[in-house]
Formats: sequence, structure tokens, C-alpha cells
Amino acid sequence: MHSTMNHVFGFPGIFSVLSLQKKNTMDRRKFLKSVAITGAVAVGGKTLFKESAGMDILTQTFAGSASAATVSGVNAKYDLVAVLGGEPEVMFRKAIAEMGGMGNFIKKGDKVVVKPNIGWDKTPDLAANTNPKLVEEIIRQCFKAGAKEVVVFDHTCDDWRKCYKNSGIEAAAKAAGAKVVPADQGSYYKKVSLPNGKKLTQTMIHESIVNSDKWINVPVLKNHGGAQLTISMKNYMGIVWDRGFFHANDLQQCIADVCTYEKRPVLNVVDAYRMMKTSGPRGKNESDVVLTKGLFLSQDIVAVDTAAANFFNQVREMPLSKVSHLAKAQELKVGTMNLDALKIKRIKL
Amino acid sequence: MLKKIRIGFSIVLLVLITLFFLDFAGILPLGFHSVTKIQLVPALLALNINVLIILLLLSVVFGRVYCSFICPMGVYQDVVAWISKKFTKKKKYTYSKAKTILRWTIFGASVISFIFGFNFLVGLLDPYGAYGRIVTHIFRPAYLAGNNLLEYIFSSAGNHTFYKVGIYGLGLFSTLIALATLIGIGLLAWRNGRTYCNTICPVGTLLGFISRYSIFRIQFDDSKCNSCGLCTMNCKASCINSKDKEVDYSRCVTCFNCVEACNRNAMHYAPYKRSKKTSIQQPQENIDESKRRFLSATIITATAATGLLAQKVALPLDGKRSIKRNLPIVPPGGLRVDNLQEKCISCHLCVSKCPSHVIKPAFMEYGLGGMMQPRLYFEHGFCNYDCTVCSDVCPSGALLPITKEEKHRSQVGQVRFVRDNCIVYTDETNCGACSEHCPTQAVHMVPYKNELTIPETDVSICVGCGGCEYVCPAIPHKAIYVEGLKKHNILEFKEEKPEEVEVNDFGF
Repeated sequence: MHSTMNHVFGFPGIFSVLSLQKKNTMDRRKFLKSVAITGAVAVGGKTLFKESAGMDILTQTFAGSASAATVSGVNAKYDLVAVLGGEPEVMFRKAIAEMGGMGNFIKKGDKVVVKPNIGWDKTPDLAANTNPKLVEEIIRQCFKAGAKEVVVFDHTCDDWRKCYKNSGIEAAAKAAGAKVVPADQGSYYKKVSLPNGKKLTQTMIHESIVNSDKWINVPVLKNHGGAQLTISMKNYMGIVWDRGFFHANDLQQCIADVCTYEKRPVLNVVDAYRMMKTSGPRGKNESDVVLTKGLFLSQDIVAVDTAAANFFNQVREMPLSKVSHLAKAQELKVGTMNLDALKIKRIKL
Repeated sequence: MLKKIRIGFSIVLLVLITLFFLDFAGILPLGFHSVTKIQLVPALLALNINVLIILLLLSVVFGRVYCSFICPMGVYQDVVAWISKKFTKKKKYTYSKAKTILRWTIFGASVISFIFGFNFLVGLLDPYGAYGRIVTHIFRPAYLAGNNLLEYIFSSAGNHTFYKVGIYGLGLFSTLIALATLIGIGLLAWRNGRTYCNTICPVGTLLGFISRYSIFRIQFDDSKCNSCGLCTMNCKASCINSKDKEVDYSRCVTCFNCVEACNRNAMHYAPYKRSKKTSIQQPQENIDESKRRFLSATIITATAATGLLAQKVALPLDGKRSIKRNLPIVPPGGLRVDNLQEKCISCHLCVSKCPSHVIKPAFMEYGLGGMMQPRLYFEHGFCNYDCTVCSDVCPSGALLPITKEEKHRSQVGQVRFVRDNCIVYTDETNCGACSEHCPTQAVHMVPYKNELTIPETDVSICVGCGGCEYVCPAIPHKAIYVEGLKKHNILEFKEEKPEEVEVNDFGF
């Protein structure tokens, strides 16, 4: 089918890209949209090319593979940016500037999802959820880069209404113009297949991610009783419906498996402004929290989590071998743990 | 005029009470729970002296205004009767004799069974509690379904004002009771108006007794009355004998329908004047008998209640239930099983209001007398660490108000870990879901084989929220659960100070 179309439209590139998007889970609407836009491009000429859905898919498909900056065609100078010593929004501004600006990742007209960790009915000072200031800043930058809409959600552990409210994220996201949607019912989720997963070969993912053009993963760095650490990869458990399956079927492997989902986040922004060092991921009280003022940014989810884990290790011992979903994800070629091979920018404010 | 005031007031109150039960989104502030605290039986059980004095004064001065203005079940019957009138245009009520013996028998049975710690009958018959169950079990699922339909329509149009809500079964027994109450009382009201209030309802019987001596009463103006019978035909309490120009004040609910219906302005509501003709409505001996009975019941209640306070009720719990919990978990603020059993009339306001869907009416967990009383269960969620809604709204003192800090230190149940079922033990893979959810780290992970960690429990700091039980993914049998307690415990926590940690490097 694709070859016929390539022939008809004379745009081999676009359809090769479409083929990269897994055939079995290809969203029909998106496909039709791509075809329509491709048609327009064919008629209207090259100027429209920038905004074509085909290009979005191009970015999306490659993003997250090892050494992101070089492979994905994103014009970033670094594979990973680490910032220390500022307020959350200030650190993000620095980091994204080093990455060449949000425009590198979000295109005009994109439907974007910003996915923080809003798992718990806790206030920001207890660091159980992503810092609302960081979430707000990311949303603002998405809109500045031309995003058509930004959606925020999390599949929470506590009652979602309390989590959204008391985390401060709902208010911050709405202030920045984002839509905040619930994720507490199975009907919000769509089945996707994970052909590369070892234990987890299919799962239900929230429709707003499935329907999005781009998504940005914004976890908070925390200690975690089960997975040892929860960072970007573990944050995927907030986009899936059946978390119980993960816990019951080798949690660490399932975390790695879910990260093989074809629609990778265009960015992973790790919030380490306040860090829950013990009793995570929920935490008991402020004695579990230290003010570390860190932020890590990368397209490579394994790399950014490795960096964050090393950062955590300075406060409380946490060998990478314990956080075994990192190695398992590397094995699945989701990303690399070898930070030495990456171009890393370190900034102290 | 009086009728219009009555209708306006009672409808507003009925709507508020109903909405307060239905409202899952917190549109009505929690302060609206006072619409349930002014109800007679809850006030009696909670020993809410102010409310009791006001209700008593109201009854002494105005008669059974509680039944017409305040009681939601009474107003529900009025609504049903009003609708039935729309169907049968020529609907006429007739005068009937009082079912005095039946009324007092039911009243006596309720009081005596209550004294002996069997609260089921009072809970079943109390009109407020019964109405609460109707709303919780019948109206609320419909309301939630309506919300979900609206959500579907609006969300399809890209508007996210509404959000979907889960609708969960709350136990067959309580739902059937609620349905039977709705239909049974509804049918009685459809046919004969306030039959329930004047034959079954213990509150009606009690207030009817007081109302016979109230200051204001409905009275005939002999000079104007031509015994046309319009008043009787409009009396939904069937208590007006227009032939003899008599009103049975024990059954009159002061609805003022007769006043409105009378063409000749011969019915009026005023301070009672004993007319020569209508010397007394009922034979003297009858009054004495019921008075005696009432007094003896009161005395028995008083003596037994004091005894009950000191008594430790042995729990009639058999060990043959399919659930592994030996004792049901009393919701926060319930303090003790016996406190709950004694005070709860199963209005299910806590069930309706719980945002975490963890309160469910019991079947036999508390024994026969505690059927329909609330217990915690963790199928659809776990008790939110910071939430005190159930204890805040309980009108009858079964769940006493507690602060967030008190709740953090209150143990409603105790964690039990079953290692043989645990995934870390059986599969040798990481899990830790239980510890993740534990607000006090009463469940924490300790080193196990290789790099694995396995749950370890410390019941001395467990609040019994059920987070661990709810989330435990082990099937078919959970590896961790919460065991109930006869009496909630108060926990002591070590004080922990935040550490000062300086991080000046990236660590990689």
C-alpha cells in the first residue's frame, strides 16, 4: 500500500517515515491526516513541509534512541543538560536554551501532553509530585513554541481530584493555559502493543498520549520502595491503566518494556529541586525531603535517569545495579547508561 | 399561606438533604451536613442537646411540624401523594381510626431492641436514615450515571467541565432494603398519604404523643363548619373526623392542607381552646395506657443506656466468612465497634460522601444488629490519609469528628503481611506496591535476596488505611491486608527532623 502511495504522490520520504510508525498500531485518523497533508504538500509545494504531520512522526520515532541529538535530527548541541542551584523554572529555562530552545522539540500546531508525576495527595514542599513551577514553565514554553494545545494528566495513586489540587499542578497548569484531564477511569485508556517488550507486550495507555503529537515527560526524582528509584522511566506508570500487572510481573522489566512504546517523549525533564531521599514514593513527612535544586534534561530517557540516579547516590547510596530497569531498558535499546559517550552540559547557577 | 410556607420550606430542605447525599463533586460545602444533624433520631443518638431542645419546643408549641417541615421521608411521601393526585383527579382521603396498639408496639420494639444493643430496627425504621439509604442506594447511582452521560456528551464536544465517576455496588442487602423502603413507603403514600408516619414510624409515634398536648393545633370553628368533609378528603394523615368535628392530634402532621381546603374558613390553626363539644378526642384510659407505656420505655432506655455505656459488647462474629478479616474495620472517628453499633442508624451519609469509595454497609460482619452499618473495605480504593469527611458529616455521633492530626495518630486497623502470597517471595521480582502506598512506612522494604527488597511491617505505626491491601497485586490472594479492631488505638510516632544536606555536585 505504501509503495503505491509513494509512487502516486512522488514523496518517498514521507511514506517511509509512516512505515516506521508501527503498522499495527497506526492510528487511522493520523494516517488519513498525514495523507491529506502530504497531498497538500504535493500540491502546494515545499513551504508546507515544516508543519506536516509526517515530520512530527519523524521526530517522534527517532527521539529517545541513543545519543538523541545526533540521530533525531534535532538541532541540539548536547545529549544531556544538567543544572544545579536555581529555582525550578529558572533551571529549566537555562537547560532548554542549551538544548536550542523549545522550538527544537515542539512545532507549531502540535498537540502536546506534559506528563508530570501527580501521584499523591501532597503539597509541593513534600516533593512527592513534580514541582508545579516547573510544570507551568514547560507548558508556557510549549505554547510559545506554537503548541496548539497542552494537556496535563497523571494516573494518580491517591484520589485524583485531591492530587491535582493539593500538588498545585492543576492550578499552575491551568494558569499556563493547559487542559487538565482526569485519568482515573479505564475508559480513558487505549490499548497499544509493545512488540519489543519482554514481559509487557501490550498495555492500555491514556488516550491523550495516544492522540498527541508530542509528549514531554516531567518526573520528580524520588526514592521508591519497589523500583528503588522513580524517575523518567518509572513515570510511564502514570500513563498506563493497569499498574498491578507491572508489580505482579517483574516490575523492573515491565518498566523497561513500557518505555519501548513507539511514541517516545520528545523530552524528559527530571525535577530534582526537592528530592525525596527516603520512604518514597509517597513519603511520610518533611524529614524525607532534601532541597537539592537540581534539574536534568535529555531526550535519552535511560541517560537522564542514569544521571539522576548518580545525583541521588550522593545523598543516599543507590548503586545503578539496584535500579535494574535502567540496564533492562538499555538492553532493549531504549537508551544508554553510558554517560561518558554523551555530550553533557553541566551548569551551576 | 401556612401551607405554602410549609411546602416551600420542606421542599428546600428535602432538596438540600438529597443534594448533599448526591453531591460527589463538593459543590455544596461540607457545612451543609447540618441539614442532617437537625434530624431527630441522629440528634437523639448524638445527644445533640440544642437540636433536641429546639425540636421538643417546636413540637410542644406547634405540633408535629418536624414531620411536615423537616423529615425528608415525610416530604418524600408528600411528593408521592401529590403526584398520585395528578393521576387520580378525584383522590379523596378518608378518616380512619388510629392504630394505637400497632404504633406503640413498633415503637416499643424499636426502643427495647435498641436497649439490648440491637440497633437494626431503629436504623431500619428511622425516617431520616431510611431516606438516606434510598438516596445512597437508588438515587445516587442514577445521579452518577447521569453525570457520566453528560461527561460523555460534553467531552465528545471537547468540553471538560464534567468528569467520569465510578459507580460501585454497595452490597445487595442494603440496596434491597433501600429499594423495598422506597417502593413500600411510596406505595403507602400513593394510596393513603402518611400511613407510614402514623402506623410504623417510631418518630411519628413519639412526636404524635407530644403533639397531643401542643399549644397550637388545628381546630374547627363550629359556627362556620357545615361538616362538608372537604377537610377530611384533603387530610393525608386521615386524622380528621369531620362528622364529629374532631382531629386526632397524635396523627396530625400540621400540613395545613385542611386549612387551605376549607371553603368556609372553618379550620384554623391557633392556640388550642378546649371546646365544650369536643371534650377529648380519645378515651381517657387509652391515653393513660400509652402514657404509661411511653414512660416505662423511657425509664428502661435511661437505665439500660447507662448500663450500656459501661458494658463491653461481645461481638457476635463468626469465623466462617469468605473474607479473611476476622473483625470489620470501623471507619475513622468510630472509636469502637460498640460505639458505632450503638449510635449508627445506617443513613449511609458516610458511604455517599467518602471520596475514596472505601465505606460500604456491612452485611453480617458486625452481627445481626449491625447490619447495614458502615465498615471499611478496599476494593476500589483506600482511606485517604488526610481525609476526615466521614467523621465530619456523621449526624448521629457514630463517627465522631476528628482533625487531620488526630486521624494521623488513629489506628483503625492493623496490617497483616502474608509472605507466602507475596510476589517478591513467590516470583523473586521487585514489587513494593504496598510500601509505596503506606503513609507511615508501617510497611517498608527491607533487603531480601540479591538486590531485592521485601515488605516488613510495623503494626505499632500502622493507621489501617488499606493502601497496601488495595494495591497489592498478588492474585488470587492478597499478600497484605488490614485486620479490624474492636477499639481504635492511638499511635505514638517518633519525631523526625529534616536533615540538612548540601549537594554541590552532579554525581556523574
